[in-house]
Amino acid sequence: MVIKDAISLEGVRKDFGDFTAISNVTFEIADNEFFTLLGPSGCGKTTLLRMIAGFEETSAGKIRLYGDIIENLPPNKRPVNTVFQNYALFPHMTVKENIGFSLKMLDWSKSDINNRVSEMVEMVKLEEFTDRKPSQLSGGQQQRVALARAMASKPKLLLLDEPLSALDLKLRKDMRSELKRLQKDTGITFIFVTHDQEEALSMSDRIAVMSSGKVQQIGNPSEIYDTPANRFVADFIGETNMLNATIQKIDGDKIICRLQSGQFLNAKSNSKINVGQSGAISIRPEKLIIKKQSFKGQYLEGKLGQSTYIGTDTQFEVLLDKELALTVRMQNSSFTSENYKNGDQVFLSIADNAAWFLVD
Amino acid sequence: MAAGAGSGRTMSSTFLPVRFWLLMPSWLIIGFFLALPVLLMLVYSFLTKEFRGGVIWEPTLAAYDQFLFDRGLFGDDPPQIEWKYISIFIRSIFQATGATILCLIIGFPTAFFIATRNDNTKVIWLFLVTVPYWVNLLIRTVSMKFLIRDSGPLNELLISIGAIDTPLKLINTNFAVQLGLFYSYLPFMVLPIYAALERYNFTFSEAASDLYAPKWTVLRQILIPIIKPGIIAGCILVFVPSLGAFLAPDLLGGAKSFMIGSLIEDQFKGNAGNWPFGAACSMILLSLVMIVLIYYARAQSKEQM
Repeated sequence: MVIKDAISLEGVRKDFGDFTAISNVTFEIADNEFFTLLGPSGCGKTTLLRMIAGFEETSAGKIRLYGDIIENLPPNKRPVNTVFQNYALFPHMTVKENIGFSLKMLDWSKSDINNRVSEMVEMVKLEEFTDRKPSQLSGGQQQRVALARAMASKPKLLLLDEPLSALDLKLRKDMRSELKRLQKDTGITFIFVTHDQEEALSMSDRIAVMSSGKVQQIGNPSEIYDTPANRFVADFIGETNMLNATIQKIDGDKIICRLQSGQFLNAKSNSKINVGQSGAISIRPEKLIIKKQSFKGQYLEGKLGQSTYIGTDTQFEVLLDKELALTVRMQNSSFTSENYKNGDQVFLSIADNAAWFLVD
Repeated sequence: MAAGAGSGRTMSSTFLPVRFWLLMPSWLIIGFFLALPVLLMLVYSFLTKEFRGGVIWEPTLAAYDQFLFDRGLFGDDPPQIEWKYISIFIRSIFQATGATILCLIIGFPTAFFIATRNDNTKVIWLFLVTVPYWVNLLIRTVSMKFLIRDSGPLNELLISIGAIDTPLKLINTNFAVQLGLFYSYLPFMVLPIYAALERYNFTFSEAASDLYAPKWTVLRQILIPIIKPGIIAGCILVFVPSLGAFLAPDLLGGAKSFMIGSLIEDQFKGNAGNWPFGAACSMILLSLVMIVLIYYARAQSKEQM
């Protein structure tokens, strides 16, 4: 069976003068996939998106859309639409005219345009606002018009450039599920750009984590979160504890590491590793369990430090020695934090799959 | 409640005079430099002329009558429409429109070019656009005359490259006047359009081309409608002074390119002076301009709805 990728990038590169914004990016996105480009600002994710849309020329490499090479086409010849960060709704046109603009450009008949526009308006629930100008709409409504406008012509690929960043928190969360629903209903392939890891994890089928113009890792949300490819990914996605360590012994898929403190810890990894190699062990705060008594199994010993109550969880600082502290998160439903006082001797239980070794 | 109302009254009684005095400078400027001269012209236009210039304080409609009606040499024939002055007005509108169109054709691409440069070079381009305007208008108009005369640099250049055989007859034509006006007022077109383009978010153009609009459609349906206020402001700023200009038509135009400005100038200068008639022409010109401006303002406010 031949699965045609919706879009494939092959060795794509972008230079601005001496500065390389994107270096040698290669990946494929499947049909009907919700794909996210995630990274800090300045990592090149928006540049990459603009090259796919056609606003920036590629310096090298190939971009294919369902097999057709598109990197030399102007934006108006690419069946790809964009939802812009600040929506870029045409201020002199009504909601209806904005949504119908692409259809008019594609020479649809008047009645077809009207039908499609009312379909889109219904889809984004803006029936009462069709004759308003964008300036008469709230931020959330403008966002929905931008979505409807970009999806009206049934593009093969929809690019979303941080579309939620201008909304307030509550609305942003509602729009996440709304976007996900729209994507599933329409079957359009989405490329979503964001710097917000929570957004990326909650919405995406797959995520490409980017930093300094390179793709650091591609994978589904749990792969990215649980098995980060390197320190950058582990650090950027969620919170984590990093412990410098050296590999002491490799036993199948189990790695025995020696921490700087001299303690030993079992970890896992999917990187290429050798005995004696140094790196870091990443442990997510919620995967550590605080216990009062020592027990059989893998643990680290420490003293309780600061605790912070954050509603659903309580966050503790556990001091392993004078310099090294780990952050631990315990869910409040199954844990009574009153029993734990600053300075108490505690034991941190670490499951075998909780420690993840990262090569430097 | 009572205390609040009382303090409100003291506020208004102490603050109103303060506000009155603070606004005084603006009222003086508007009064002395705008209302008073216009009022003076309005009054003069209804007075009787003194033959050596000046006015006699006897109210009459003679000036407006002279503008509109031809009553023969001795003033006792049945009145006919006087086309002499009306045609000068029509010609002036035609010339000013020509100059405005020229300014728009050259000014819009210029403004677009400057607005799309990077921030460092923008300043230089803007500077270059305004440099000629540090030179006196008279000198600029005379140099334009020198440039386009039959044996001037422009014709010589065109002949030397073989584009034409005989010199183009440019001087003393309507086109020469339009060219002169264009040269006089080009920055008034470039600067407002530039300002509008500076505020224009070029993401709109990207969005339009993303939605399948070809380049010209983006220009026509997105960019121009959005920066329209700047374009209209530029057109008004060029059209209005062009309408009343007298240097360019005097120096570059022939006898057939006489414009309102020259007509009015003639009434106040020299021996043939007729102040009430000049004042009447000014009032008619002012009314014309006001009609255009009011129409524009109403169109704008309707669009805002």
